[in-house]
Amino acid sequence: MLTLKCPYCGVDAEETELHAEGEAHLKRFGPGSSDDDFESYLFMRENPKGVHFERWRHQSGCGKFFHAARCTMTLQVFGTYPAQTLEPPQDIKDKISATYPGWSWREFQ
Amino acid sequence: MSNVVSALAGVSHAGFAKIEETGLNGMITVRGDLGSSEMAAAVKAATGASVPAIRKIAAGDKGRVAWMSPDELLVIVAYDDVADTMAALNDGLSGVHALVANVSDARAVFRISGDNTREVLAKVSPVDLSSEAFGAGDFRRSRIAQVAAAFWMNDDNSFEVVCFRSVAQYVFDVLRVSSDKGGEVGFFS
Ligand SMILES: [Zn+2]
Repeated sequence: MLTLKCPYCGVDAEETELHAEGEAHLKRFGPGSSDDDFESYLFMRENPKGVHFERWRHQSGCGKFFHAARCTMTLQVFGTYPAQTLEPPQDIKDKISATYPGWSWREFQ
Repeated sequence: MSNVVSALAGVSHAGFAKIEETGLNGMITVRGDLGSSEMAAAVKAATGASVPAIRKIAAGDKGRVAWMSPDELLVIVAYDDVADTMAALNDGLSGVHALVANVSDARAVFRISGDNTREVLAKVSPVDLSSEAFGAGDFRRSRIAQVAAAFWMNDDNSFEVVCFRSVAQYVFDVLRVSSDKGGEVGFFS
C-alpha cells in the first residue's frame, strides 16, 4: 500500500486516507487560448513507467492538496512537497537522480 | 423556543469499552492565519487556551481548541456558550482575514471510555494508535470506516470522536460493533 507524508500536517497517510488528483504542475489554458493549448491542457497527460509527479489530496485528514514524486513501476516514493510551487524542489530532484540518473519528466530533469 | 436535541439523544452501548453520544456540544470552525497575534489573542479571550500545536488539542478554562489544518481550528465549548464565544472570536479577529462559523448542530460527538479504548478506534481508522504514536492531547482528523471523523485522547485514556451529524448513526454502529464484548484483540495491552 502506498504511504505518503502529508507536508501540511506531517501525517504518514496511507492510501485510503488520500485521494489521487492527477498529474502535477499543469499549466491552465482557459478562455482566449489556442485550440491546441486548450486541448493539451484538458486531455493530454503523462503516463510514464517510472518517475512521475502527481497531485494528491489529504482527503480524510487536513484536506490539503500536495505534490508527490514517485516511481510508478517500483512504487518508490521520492518525496512529497507543498502545492505552492510551480516545479519540483531541488532536493526531490536530487533524490530521483540518486536512483535514476539522467531521468526526465516533461520539461523537468 | 424549539427543543434542541443532539443527533442520537445520548445513546450508549456497553461493550468491552463504553460508547456514548455526548449530547449537545458547542462547536465553532475558525479559519485564518494561525500564527498571527490576532488569532492567539482571540482564541485566548474566547476559550482561555493557546492556539494548539500541529495535531494537538489545547484546553482552557472556557473550552478546548483543536488543530484541524494549517489554517483551521475547531473550538469546542458548552452548547449554551456558543453565542458568547462567537462574539469573542469575531471581536478579536475583526480587521483580519478570518472566518468564524457555528457548526454545533452539524456535528455529533461520541466518547469511548473504559478498557482497550485505543483498540476500538484502531480497528476502524487508518491511524497508528499505539501509546508511542498517540497520547493524551493528541488530535487527528482521519476517517472511521467509510466516513470522515476527527478524534482526540483525554488524560483518562478516553477518546472523543467528532463526525458529521448526518452520519451519526453509522459512526455509532461502527463503534458499537468495534467495541462489542468478545471482539477484544488486546494488541495494545
Ligand atoms: Zn494532511
